[in-house]
Amino acid sequence: MKSKTILIVLLVVVVAVIGIFAAVKRGGGKEEIRIGGNFELTGNVASFGNSTLKGVQLALEQANASGELKKKVVLVQVDNKSDVAEAANMATKLVEQDKVVALVGPVISTNAISAGKVAQSLKVPMISPTATNPVLTEIGEYVFRACFIDDFQGRVMADFAYNQLGSRRAAILFDNGSDYAKGLSKYFKETFTQLGGTIVAEEAYLAGDTEFKPQLTKINAAKADMIYIPGYYQEQGLIARQARQMGINVPLTGGDGWDSSELVNIAGAENLNQIYFTNHYSPDDNSPNVQSFVAAYKEKYNGEVPDALAALGYEGGRLLINAINNADPVTPENIQKALSATKNFPGLGGEFTFDENRNPIKSAVIIELVNGKQVFKTVVQP
Amino acid sequence: MNEFLQQVINGLSLGSVYALIALGYTMVYGIVRLINFAHGDIYMIGAFIGFFTTRVLHLSFIPALILSMACASLLGVIIERLAYKPLRHAPRIAILITAIGVSFLIEYSMIWAFSPQPRAYPDLLANYQLQLAGLIITAQQLFILGIAIILMLGLHFLVQKTKSGKAMRAVSYDMDAAALMGINVNSVISFTFAIGSALAGAAGLLVGVYYNRIDPLMGIMPGLKAFVAAVLGGIGIIPGAMVGGIIMGVAESLVSGFLSSTYRDAVAFAILIIILLVKPTGLLGKRSVEKV
Repeated sequence: MKSKTILIVLLVVVVAVIGIFAAVKRGGGKEEIRIGGNFELTGNVASFGNSTLKGVQLALEQANASGELKKKVVLVQVDNKSDVAEAANMATKLVEQDKVVALVGPVISTNAISAGKVAQSLKVPMISPTATNPVLTEIGEYVFRACFIDDFQGRVMADFAYNQLGSRRAAILFDNGSDYAKGLSKYFKETFTQLGGTIVAEEAYLAGDTEFKPQLTKINAAKADMIYIPGYYQEQGLIARQARQMGINVPLTGGDGWDSSELVNIAGAENLNQIYFTNHYSPDDNSPNVQSFVAAYKEKYNGEVPDALAALGYEGGRLLINAINNADPVTPENIQKALSATKNFPGLGGEFTFDENRNPIKSAVIIELVNGKQVFKTVVQP
Repeated sequence: MNEFLQQVINGLSLGSVYALIALGYTMVYGIVRLINFAHGDIYMIGAFIGFFTTRVLHLSFIPALILSMACASLLGVIIERLAYKPLRHAPRIAILITAIGVSFLIEYSMIWAFSPQPRAYPDLLANYQLQLAGLIITAQQLFILGIAIILMLGLHFLVQKTKSGKAMRAVSYDMDAAALMGINVNSVISFTFAIGSALAGAAGLLVGVYYNRIDPLMGIMPGLKAFVAAVLGGIGIIPGAMVGGIIMGVAESLVSGFLSSTYRDAVAFAILIIILLVKPTGLLGKRSVEKV
């Protein structure tokens, strides 16, 4: 008898709650716009996903608080578990079940490409804040990104090396097993020779190698005045160490693969001088945009300093919100049009515009290592 | 010419490391006719012991070297007792496969215990560089070469001049006859594993200091190349392993320097194939008739 009463009460409560939620959802639909966040919140690149999400959330919070938005924008966030199949599933779920008008994420290129194909076929715009692989935006007109592509880094460094470091005889020492490194080398070489410099040596290594003295000896004999080393920090750290031990004191340069806190342990701080690499952003950039972002981020996340991924997440979030605000009425098609038409967008590193392939033409920062510490050197406009 | 000499100098330190590992292969083969494939992993363990004694216990170079060698030789003896001794009279293929199994066991236990993440070694040796007629020689290169030469001379003395060495040579020549002469074959075999493994442990520490990076799978490639070096010099012949190791190191350095580093490993194994085709007994080997 008693249990029956409880059951009935429970049923009534459940029905009432569902009813209230449904009403709120329907009612809310008129007031707010839903966007889907598809991020790597768990799994092997979880730290990337969480950083990026924090940046997106900050952008959203600021936009909603500013009062400039016609309608409130809310984020429906899901976890793709750093899994390529799950990234596509989550994109479908967000569009079909949660009825979002646009997607933001995923972080890494492989997952972004998988989700991007879904977005393109469902005709919902998607922006990955961070995926640098050129293939991503080749999927179609509904797929965007908020960061520069790998090729650009190579060009920026060539320009910096020629004009700022005064290098004329560059050597390249690249990871022969990585598309990223090969891409960077190719564009570095192209730009550097166009500017009038010479590539005096081009040497390869494989990920996992520990002995680089033969290649460095060859480079030294070719009288290189700068060595471009695209690749990742494990090998770059050893190369820097061995080069300095051999008395090769010319500048060493590369791409964002140098950006790791492990580097100091591998190379030793005293071997990390005269090293310059391209990156997306630096918290030490003293431009007002960057500094106000860093301050706001620190305030929201207990003093945590935003990394490059958080900065790109913030940028991606703002780009999307801006496009939503410019779309009238707010439909996926109109958001896509507004995003493609983005011009002179006030980003962290200055104003930027999308090129015809929906890749932003944006500035890169050059970071210098001084005794292993990252020092912001300069911003390079495209 | 200068570049050529510089590449030779680069190759010498790597070559002396190969030589130290190759000695263990060749000694064990000389005594029990076994290619101990776990030998490269003993080298890796030596590097890890060195890492923990210097990073965690903050010992200096010499105590770390002694501890690495001691632990590696203990591990070598334990492996021999547990894995190889019960199979001493089994077909040779059984013991060879066991060796491969032991190798995997050590590698993946280390990955399980310490993760596959590479580790950075602390700086143990001074970082000078000498300029000599346009050539650059680092203090570390000299140190590695020096330690390797001292260890090899010590081994030569041990094998040629001591009673244990005499026993080793006797067992290597004819195990049964040696046993009949009152030599304790089991302890000679253990002793051989202990000495060979200690040299591998020393090589592990030297490589850790020199390249500053160690990981649980670091023993695979140097282990294989040291095996090639042992075959190149003539397997079972101690001076052959030294010569073979140095040749391998210098050849790799020259290939990386004058052709391309991507051919480096290919050349190492091409040397093995050529030696097996042209002179299977190795550079210093004599033709011998297999005793039946």
